[in-house]
Amino acid sequence: MTALKPLTAAELEDWLDEELDAVLSLRRTSQAAAAALASVPRDQQDFACHWIAIIAKTNPELAFHFANHAAEGLTRMTKDDAEAWIIQTMDAYDKMGLYPAIAALNEIEAFAAARAQRARAVTLEEVGPVLELFLHALSGRRLKLETGETAFTDTARIHLPATIALLPTRAENLRLYKVLAAHLWAQTWFGTFPGTHPGRLLERCQSLPDATYARELFHALETFRLDACFARELPGLYRELCTLGDRPRAPASWAPWIARLEAASATVDDTYEALTALYGEPLPKPRLYQGVLDPAAVATALAERLEQERVALHNALKAMVQGKKPALDERRFVVRKDETGRRDPTLLFDGQPLIPPPDVRTLMQSIVQDLGDIPDEYLVAAGDGPYAMENPRKPENVWKGTYHEEGAFHYNEWDYKRQHYRKEWCVLRELDVHPVDEPFVAETLRKYAGLAARLRKTFEALRGENATQRRQKHGDDIDFDALVQGFAELRSGRELSDELFVRNRRFARNIAVMFMVDMSGSTKGWINDAERESLVLLCEALEILGDRYAIYGFSGITRKRCEMYRVKRFDDPYDHAVRARITGIKPQDYTRMGVAIRHLCGLLNGVEARTKLLITLSDGKPDDYDGYRGEYGIEDTRHALLEAKRDGIHAFCITIDTDARDYLPHMYGAANYVQIDDVRKLPLKISDIYRHLTS
Amino acid sequence: MEKGVGKAETLLVTKEPYYEPQGDEILLFESAYRNQIPVLLKGPTGCGKTRFMEHMAWRLKRPLVTVSCHDDLTASDLVGRYLITAGDTVWVDGPLARAVRMGGLCYLDEIVEARKDTTVVIHPLADDRRVLPIEKTGEVLYAPAEFALAISYNPGYQSVLKDLKQSTRQRFVALEFDYPSTDLERRIVDHESGVGDDVAGKLVKFAAMTRNLKGSGLEEGASTRLLVHAAKLMVSGVSPVAACRGAIAQALTDDPEMLAAIHELSASLF
Repeated sequence: MTALKPLTAAELEDWLDEELDAVLSLRRTSQAAAAALASVPRDQQDFACHWIAIIAKTNPELAFHFANHAAEGLTRMTKDDAEAWIIQTMDAYDKMGLYPAIAALNEIEAFAAARAQRARAVTLEEVGPVLELFLHALSGRRLKLETGETAFTDTARIHLPATIALLPTRAENLRLYKVLAAHLWAQTWFGTFPGTHPGRLLERCQSLPDATYARELFHALETFRLDACFARELPGLYRELCTLGDRPRAPASWAPWIARLEAASATVDDTYEALTALYGEPLPKPRLYQGVLDPAAVATALAERLEQERVALHNALKAMVQGKKPALDERRFVVRKDETGRRDPTLLFDGQPLIPPPDVRTLMQSIVQDLGDIPDEYLVAAGDGPYAMENPRKPENVWKGTYHEEGAFHYNEWDYKRQHYRKEWCVLRELDVHPVDEPFVAETLRKYAGLAARLRKTFEALRGENATQRRQKHGDDIDFDALVQGFAELRSGRELSDELFVRNRRFARNIAVMFMVDMSGSTKGWINDAERESLVLLCEALEILGDRYAIYGFSGITRKRCEMYRVKRFDDPYDHAVRARITGIKPQDYTRMGVAIRHLCGLLNGVEARTKLLITLSDGKPDDYDGYRGEYGIEDTRHALLEAKRDGIHAFCITIDTDARDYLPHMYGAANYVQIDDVRKLPLKISDIYRHLTS
Repeated sequence: MEKGVGKAETLLVTKEPYYEPQGDEILLFESAYRNQIPVLLKGPTGCGKTRFMEHMAWRLKRPLVTVSCHDDLTASDLVGRYLITAGDTVWVDGPLARAVRMGGLCYLDEIVEARKDTTVVIHPLADDRRVLPIEKTGEVLYAPAEFALAISYNPGYQSVLKDLKQSTRQRFVALEFDYPSTDLERRIVDHESGVGDDVAGKLVKFAAMTRNLKGSGLEEGASTRLLVHAAKLMVSGVSPVAACRGAIAQALTDDPEMLAAIHELSASLF
């Protein structure tokens, strides 16, 4: 197409005259539009003509205006953007009529600028997960990433803006995000806010006449110090930081102070001294990546954490002492400082090195990060304070009075916006499916009689038995039949085959499989029937195979009423009661998948098997009444599946949702789901899927 | 599919393999060897277990037979089997029987990967009987004093199935290995690759970062072996960031987010 010659102005005018005939007159011709369009390449002309024809069918007047603006729009924007511009215009016409639509058409420049910004903008949502891993790996206390108006840290959280579109390209904006996050991390790691004096910056700034100026001056000076730390410790990052615009020129009088701050031995004390010395000097332009300082937030967070961690360490040490011989000396714990710079202190108990549990080790590292060392008063195994290290919220407070939680299970839920778990967020109960005595199972087996017979055959072939494989290249013993035949062949002048051994292979199918069946309201009708029929056929097949299996349905409404419906537990035989329960599977409420996965994985973990499978039968995305939908639901489900994977459970999803491709690869992984176009085919296919999956 | 034979190699180690002791493991191993007690090496992948065995073989001047175990490793893969030559059947020793006969060190790498029943074959060898019965030939091999059995195992795989049975593990003297300390690891990377102390230091720092991520998406942090790989690539002229990506990041994970994070880390360091 592009090889074609551009249409001439005359050709275009003829074509436009025909298309826009209704709105043209002697004094209102298409000459100008044709002349403008003649100047753009052929593919753009074709694109414009294509849309002019479409718009003309809606409104010729609008098409006429578009024809006049098309050339300008196409030179300013890419085709994709131009298309968005056209669609927006058409929407304006549909909603508000001709004149607003024409106005929208005229705003090419503004639209093009907005599109360009969108193209280069980077959102925290997309980079957040990577940044969080990045910061976590850099070492130090785990920092939570949160969206904020400005970029700052309170030493427990890092706040970053929701989008960055400051720089001309996407790559640069991405880099700005990274450097910004790293700079704020550096404040927590290189001792901008030492824990020995949480309110220091706040008090210092307030003691000076202009507190805001003092804070900004401190920040500018501290940034010099931190940049130098980067140059020493993370030179690659330092180079990236330098590409983000030139370092602001500092007044000549600053030079000795900057040299002092950039020395390897510089600490925040030097910054404070410089602050005193340079107070009153004009401020250099703040660097792009330095964010802001919030001394009040730091003071609060720091003081709070110090107190919590002190109590937590007391309690942890107390727990460690339990069961040990009592001693007269209170001070039995000593800490030896880590000299390698990793801030990983060694704990000594009665002079012997002690390996603390991982959570205590993290706690000690966090204390060292704040205080540089673990003070002696921290090392007493006593204290009656509450263990307030984690979220102090107790489960009973969450649903006090509204829910009788006895016998219920509590599960965490992943909140992707916070990038953290909501603790004990979901309350789950196991219920029995009400058995129904209908001849559903018999009918299904009759309906699929042919299939059932075929399944029996294929699955019998799979059954785990001690099989002797003959004519193998390697094996435990000699295959004498093959050998005799081989010698006969050898005598007759042919080559001796090398497949002369027998191998005893135990095809022990050591599989435990859990079927998680969607019982949400949306499965009503065909889907529910298909699910039940599938389960009947599966059970028949699995009984032949001898794989251990369990079937649970899941549904619920809100986080406080998640329900698992027992259809068959691992130990239950496939008997009349199970059949009646399969018959009794009924659509219930919503689809909160994460908690269901967590619960069933817990059950699977209790089973000893070489291979553990969790197969979900579903008809759509995770969805619940209280905001558990869209990305939240998908991310929580994905997290539950990651936890499953960590426990060595293979998760697989069979779905009939035709949109599944949009989200299932993200949740389950590209190869771990099957999408079935037609519900009615589910019973036919499911056994085949299972066979493929497990052989 | 050719699966049946464990890869075995016999060698008398003539040149001293480079090894930096992390603690008193050499003394422990030598004492165990003198007392004819088998040894269990525990530790994450790539922290120097195999190298340690080579080093000990060199020290003790015994041949070393290494078998990398896999989930299809059978008893006859270790002990031996009849093979057919033109017109005859010949008994061929497996690597374990060979090591017993020549009084060498037999090192079964990643023993938990092998089938559970094969570990039982080593039981009579691993206690004070020190015999290897060969069922098919009716022979009983008595291990000479020079023979030693060593197995390795990675306790980091948190799987119930990949765990050693108590009856097996309680026959061994266990040596624990971990990633070496910062300075030591730096020296090892430098020595193995010749990349220079400065770059080796950065690589070790990089490894510590990836080890921070263990449990938050990574199954294991970067091992010393991976660091040496990356360093060797750098010595051959590959840029540090590309070397880290190829030799470390891609080797550790397939997850795109994790890859991006690790890549950002290496870009920050170099």
